[in-house]
Amino acid sequence: MDILSYSAVELAAAIKEGKVTATEAMEAVLARIDEKEKDINAYVTIDREAVLKAAKAAQEKINAGELTGPLAGVPVAIKDNMCTEGMLTTCSSKILGNFIPTFSAEAVINLEKAGAVIIGKTNMDEFAMGSTTETSAYGVTRNPWNTEHVPGGSSGGSAAAVAAGECFFALGSDTGGSIRQPASFCGVVGLKPTYGTVSRYGLVAYGSSLDQIGPLTKDVTDCAVVMEVIATQDAKDSTSVKREDTDFTSALVADVKGMKIGIPRDYFGEGLDAEVKDAVLAAAKALEEKGAVVEEFDLSLVEYAIPTYYTIAAAEASSNLERFDGIKYGYRTENFEGLHNMYKKTRSEGFGAEVKRRIMLGSFVLSSGYYDAYYLKALKVKAMIKKAFDEAFAKYDLILGPVAPTTAPKLGESLSDPLKMYLGDIYTISVNLAGLPGISVPCGKDSKGLPIGLQFIADSFQEKKLIQAAYTYEKIRGDFKIEN
Amino acid sequence: MAKQYETVIGLEVHVELATKTKIFCGCSTAFGGAPNTHTCPVCTGMPGSLPVLNKQVVNYAVAVGLATNCDITQYCKFDRKNYFYPDNPQNYQISQLYLPICRNGHVDIETSEGKKSVGIHEIHMEEDAGKLIHDEWEDCSLVDYNRSGVPLIEIVSEPDMRSAEEVIAYLEKLRMIVQYLGASDCKLNEGSMRADVNLSVREVGATEFGTRTEMKNLNSFRAITHAIEGERERQIDLLESGQQVIQETRRWDDAKEYSYAMRSKEDAQDYRYFPDPDLVPVYISDEWLAQIKASQPEFREEKMARYKAEYDIPEYDIGIITDSKHMADLFEETVAICNQPKKVSNWLMGETLRLLKEKNMDPEDIIFSPENLAKLIGLADSKAINSSVAKEVFEVMFDENIDPEKYVEENGLKTVNDEGALRKTIEEIIAANPQSVEDYHNGKEKAIGFLVGQTMKAMKGKADPGMVNQILKELL
Repeated sequence: MDILSYSAVELAAAIKEGKVTATEAMEAVLARIDEKEKDINAYVTIDREAVLKAAKAAQEKINAGELTGPLAGVPVAIKDNMCTEGMLTTCSSKILGNFIPTFSAEAVINLEKAGAVIIGKTNMDEFAMGSTTETSAYGVTRNPWNTEHVPGGSSGGSAAAVAAGECFFALGSDTGGSIRQPASFCGVVGLKPTYGTVSRYGLVAYGSSLDQIGPLTKDVTDCAVVMEVIATQDAKDSTSVKREDTDFTSALVADVKGMKIGIPRDYFGEGLDAEVKDAVLAAAKALEEKGAVVEEFDLSLVEYAIPTYYTIAAAEASSNLERFDGIKYGYRTENFEGLHNMYKKTRSEGFGAEVKRRIMLGSFVLSSGYYDAYYLKALKVKAMIKKAFDEAFAKYDLILGPVAPTTAPKLGESLSDPLKMYLGDIYTISVNLAGLPGISVPCGKDSKGLPIGLQFIADSFQEKKLIQAAYTYEKIRGDFKIEN
Repeated sequence: MAKQYETVIGLEVHVELATKTKIFCGCSTAFGGAPNTHTCPVCTGMPGSLPVLNKQVVNYAVAVGLATNCDITQYCKFDRKNYFYPDNPQNYQISQLYLPICRNGHVDIETSEGKKSVGIHEIHMEEDAGKLIHDEWEDCSLVDYNRSGVPLIEIVSEPDMRSAEEVIAYLEKLRMIVQYLGASDCKLNEGSMRADVNLSVREVGATEFGTRTEMKNLNSFRAITHAIEGERERQIDLLESGQQVIQETRRWDDAKEYSYAMRSKEDAQDYRYFPDPDLVPVYISDEWLAQIKASQPEFREEKMARYKAEYDIPEYDIGIITDSKHMADLFEETVAICNQPKKVSNWLMGETLRLLKEKNMDPEDIIFSPENLAKLIGLADSKAINSSVAKEVFEVMFDENIDPEKYVEENGLKTVNDEGALRKTIEEIIAANPQSVEDYHNGKEKAIGFLVGQTMKAMKGKADPGMVNQILKELL
């Protein structure tokens, strides 16, 4: 069997059985990268020598019986906004173009402890601001299903790498849909955990109250396994939550009998592509046939999610990104006169257009005289959105809907109209505002052959319900792979 | 008749808290380390780092709030104050604006005008910034982040003070409270206590406040007093000459005894405060609050009253001893060992104060232990050493905290009580000084003093002067 057709869990098992070595797996990945990267550009940084050394070291530990976990020896790609000790971490921005962290993100450390081997850092929208991976300072990433299309974003590099076989799984981060939407566009599985489940320590912050790290994987089984490894309480992150229920693989059960699934009518109205709508509703039907109780309902407040999100996320981002000033690390402008001019030129030259747009937006909504009218009001709406979900989850185990209104747009279509791009986040961002978990699973292709994703949303801490429903659906659906 | 003006003053006092580690990371707060050695990714603002609150900061802030009669905000939050400056590694300071930990307090002060209550608007917790060092030689600025993240509380008063005297009384009062709590050493000259003065003037009888200025960089009570007097005069001069006071921040230059404008209200920055999403709200439960209340120490007023009732020492001495928590502790602990309050007080009021003044030290800097002071008192009581030797030993103990018993033993300082040897020495002194003997017999009482001195000299100071006197008189 071709090494690259293994899932992460299958690969780890094969390594354990001695059928494949971690080094062979890494060599296969590097060969695929050599073949695909000129078309895809999923990675910002790969250190081939270090990576092969790390794979060899992992294999030795596996041989010695020190590494026995379900990810031991498996090559993984990390989104470039997670710190990796000694390895360039750019956030796909010019301003961090030379930044090498002195420590690794907690989620990365957890993966390394489990024996996963980091291949490199994946491309993203600059500072995770964007939905297409086109705002990167290091070139666009292309969709492996059709390279004229975007992979989605902001974790577009991670999603594309998984879809193209340039890694066995990847980590992404999701502030408004940045894991689920690219997963949907690239035909892979992506999960955004309940806020507080995965430590944010070492994740370069965009919108701190919304950011969560999560897996992008080939299937739901891999997703559950990776979640078990990265979901740990971390004393270094004050918003990290202690959970006793992180045995996510126990939910890998193909059974939805009696499960109550609500379909929000508000998610199927104007703006939703007909092909996406049909595919998602067909998936709902299939689950109903397996015994799920599927019902339509009105979620309400959906139209307020986007303005609320862009107010809160931009406000937090405007402050989070202040530390990039040319003083301590990162890019500094060459010619300047005095401190103020140095700040101004460094940041003007170091940040891209979308980042600047959000910094300005965020600074505006926090400024004196506008704070109450915008920021405070957004926080109130956020609380109301959470309440609407609470009411829904009093009735339903899960909510089922699309991930995005359309399949992956063509390159260059979105940036010309940022407002339209923002509207593309409509089904994903309220999940972040309410702190809920959501999963994106491929559920078909459109007439252009581009993947369509469906999204399950659960109440806080109910990832297992997501995994069980997604796993069941995956069994009904069957294989979902790019024809090479 | 010339117009009469009233000065209106409010203070913003920053106090550096005496926690072992910083407010949002585990780095040491110790003063004076090599630059950037007490730092980590959190207090240098590295990407991906996150703050975690040090609970001891909350304990101290609440303790100060309770001691200043504040309402404690049991559900409080941290906010980010956004401004760009290189000493501020994140370019925002984590502080409190919307829900500060303490509000609506007051302290009572006493001045020559009588007693008065000064309102406290709020107390909030925040992090200190790093330090910029300008290298004139290389023409560049360097930054040391050792101080970045050191915990501060800012105590904001109401504009209730009317004179420099009241300001000093208020600051003394705060210093005393904070020191008694062990929350800070409150040294103005080292920056562990910093006071910004907000001052305006108005005609006596006016109900509206005048336009105020804020003065910074006041590093001593002297500077504060001079700055207040100078600023009052400056504002009155402006008003008298028909000009207006401009709302601005002024920096005090201690060497020139003059303040100059740093920035006016027009360039006031918009700090874009908002709740820090990296920190969870602080909930101070009733149990936690009760715990802090229960561990509040005995404050100065209570201590003074108790000393008055328990010990037979002058009120003036009580005032001096309780003026420093360290001195009061030393007093009580020594008395607990030797049970001689009067003598302990004498050592503190006499030799200790003299040496502190001579060496330009604060009572907080005293290093000798109550055990050693008690031993010294014991040695003097038993006449094992005479009083001048005791003073000598004390001075060494003051510098090095030596064990007086050992020191006396090792240096052979015990009083010689061998009467035969003493008698022999005195006989020799009498024989050698016939003139003095004659003077004495001619009624010159002073002459005996000279002979006592000669004897003590010959005995290397180790004789009991009483005994020397007695034997001398006998032999003469």
